Amino acid sequence: MKPTGKITGAQALIRSLEMEGVEVMFGLPGGAILPVYDPLIDSSIRHILVRHEQGAGHMASGYAHATGRPGVAMVTSGPAATNIVTPLADAYLDSVPMVVITGQVPYAAIGTDAFQECDTVGITMPVTKHNWLVTDARDIPTIIREAFHVATTGRPGPVLVDFPKDVATQMMDWYWPDGVDMPGYKPTTKGHPKQVKDAARLIVAAQRPVIYAGGGILKARAADALKTFAELTGIPVVTTLMARGAFPDKHELCLGMPGMHGNYTAITALQQSDLLITLGARFDDRVTGKVGAFAPDAKIIHVDIDPAEQGKVRRPDVPIVGDCKQVIEELIKATKAEISKHAAANISEWKATIQQWQLDFPLYYEQEEGGTLKPQFVIEKLRENTPDDCILASGVGQHQMWASQHWQFNYPYTWINSGGLGTMGYSVPAAIGAKVGRPDRMVWAVDGDGCFQMTAQELVTAAAERIPVKIAILNNAYLGMVRQWQELFYEERYSEVYLSPDLPDYVKWAEAMGCVGMRCDNADDVVATIEKANAINDRPVVIDFRTDYREKVYPMVAAGTSNDDVILHPALNEKSR
Amino acid sequence: MAYNARHHILSVLVENKAGVLTRVAALFSRRAFNIVSLAVSPTEDERFSRMTIVVDADASPLEQIVKQLNKLIPVIKISEIAHSEGVEREMMLLTLKAGSETRSQVTELSSIFDAKIIDVGYEAMTMMVVGEPDKLDAFSDLVRPFGILEMQRTGRIAMPKLARQPVKLRAVRAARG
Repeated sequence: MKPTGKITGAQALIRSLEMEGVEVMFGLPGGAILPVYDPLIDSSIRHILVRHEQGAGHMASGYAHATGRPGVAMVTSGPAATNIVTPLADAYLDSVPMVVITGQVPYAAIGTDAFQECDTVGITMPVTKHNWLVTDARDIPTIIREAFHVATTGRPGPVLVDFPKDVATQMMDWYWPDGVDMPGYKPTTKGHPKQVKDAARLIVAAQRPVIYAGGGILKARAADALKTFAELTGIPVVTTLMARGAFPDKHELCLGMPGMHGNYTAITALQQSDLLITLGARFDDRVTGKVGAFAPDAKIIHVDIDPAEQGKVRRPDVPIVGDCKQVIEELIKATKAEISKHAAANISEWKATIQQWQLDFPLYYEQEEGGTLKPQFVIEKLRENTPDDCILASGVGQHQMWASQHWQFNYPYTWINSGGLGTMGYSVPAAIGAKVGRPDRMVWAVDGDGCFQMTAQELVTAAAERIPVKIAILNNAYLGMVRQWQELFYEERYSEVYLSPDLPDYVKWAEAMGCVGMRCDNADDVVATIEKANAINDRPVVIDFRTDYREKVYPMVAAGTSNDDVILHPALNEKSR
Repeated sequence: MAYNARHHILSVLVENKAGVLTRVAALFSRRAFNIVSLAVSPTEDERFSRMTIVVDADASPLEQIVKQLNKLIPVIKISEIAHSEGVEREMMLLTLKAGSETRSQVTELSSIFDAKIIDVGYEAMTMMVVGEPDKLDAFSDLVRPFGILEMQRTGRIAMPKLARQPVKLRAVRAARG
């Protein structure tokens, strides 16, 4: 596997990508990256030609979420590089492994304000785990090896390699490095034995423990370990927005999503807990609410591969730096050893309390017969009429929260969304990337009408490449989440949130992009419409569901307030009084 | 810049590569941390550079700064040099108004502070002071009434204090492992 001889930098780049096992890349060519697109013709790598560079980035991200392999995108210099900054920032906040290659003006022209020049390395420094400017073709295999290593190990994240045009045409002697030599990069994966033992002691003694599972579970491929650990201890699990599917929703120990729009039980269980076993989560402000009032009585065990997360928001009693899967396996052993010495505390009363909350404060909405279509109803029917392992992508806003709340996730890697950055327009390209990575799975996206208008053009890509994703637009004619905040916190003064239900005409737009377009505006037709969409497998489908614009996302913890102050659905509030 | 409990000296060993200073500086601004002073130079090993960064922060944010810095790939090692456990030096260049009537007073003060006069004009003098930051502060305070025309300071560099145990004790400790 070590071909030798003189080749161009461009050939070396493509060959290096092949050596890294890249099967698919998402991209769009242009001036500075032209030399690299030539050897691509002879490569085994499938290239998906996007319509906008942002699409390439989010597709790579969706691909990485669905497969666990790094997503690869390649675009040219200047505006192409700036267009892919959003996906980089998105992937950085959600720790998605991605390798982005950008073209650059010839090395000698850097700094001269040449055509389509921008300081890509400088611009992307704060939104990548690391980035490189290639200055010599001889460095290409080493840099690509390092880039994939950095993207996929430790806390995963996006990296960028900036590739000047003259480096692409420079000749080099091909080689492939045996490994990487990076003295400043050595992630810790094994938990400290003493800390693990201390954690086990706390776990066994806790009266009101909760497992607070975050996206790190999925990144570490630790879903099975988590299940074993939860079942061993009988401790209930909350799954954050980034961890939906990491623990099956149908499992009796699963409490679902905590946070600003989490369910009452998950929020309150965290809040009243005496021990949070935090696994690959980062005390995000959307989970904690007002930090000072968050889980005031809880001791904290914090397992995270990134040492900088320890104590960033909440000081842990037992910090454990390491890979979630390895540490959970170590915790299982240590907990078993601890239980063999003395029985674990009885947590049945705690679990009974939790069960009562689940009964008293369920997620709530009401689909009136013949009434306006409720978005939650659409999601429930979608769930009921798709395979259990169907992959669901979403954009950002109300529809995202409803999707996370009302979809039952029973498998890891079936939920793809933009959690940290909150990137509107994420779902269409992310769903396409996911479908490319998992053609064996059905892939749906639940999108908002606002989000859809931001990246819909990638459905042209999907139609051209025959990638049959299915998009359910919950069209409420508003920037719904912003409207909700204006209604609740700005005295119903609606400022710049109205979009119109039929401008654009989503059905015609879908058809124009080579998709099948459908419309559904009443509850009776929802299932039939979904079934029709499910039967189409040769092109993308877009459904324009006309939903109730007045519907709001509940429960809600208002920004900056304590998780003790959960605002329930008004109808539930009346019941509980 | 007198001793300040919020000031922490970080000695950061980094790979001697293009753009490393930008990465470090950008990290400070992105995470909203304040740099008081920064000195960079190559080390005895040409593959590495050393940055001496004086940070203005409380202890808890400082921990975040160190951890975030550690995440930068070209950063090899970070050590905090506590005020009591290090030797610190800084250099200052200072151009003072010094006409014929005040020149002798300025020279006198300079000799007390071991300041070197490195340039002399008709109405001004430039001098160099090396020492602990406190000493530099004191000197600039004292000469301010004469009129400071220009002043530059390098920022601190620091090294850990050397252990000074008697040879015998060292041998005993080594034997104990």
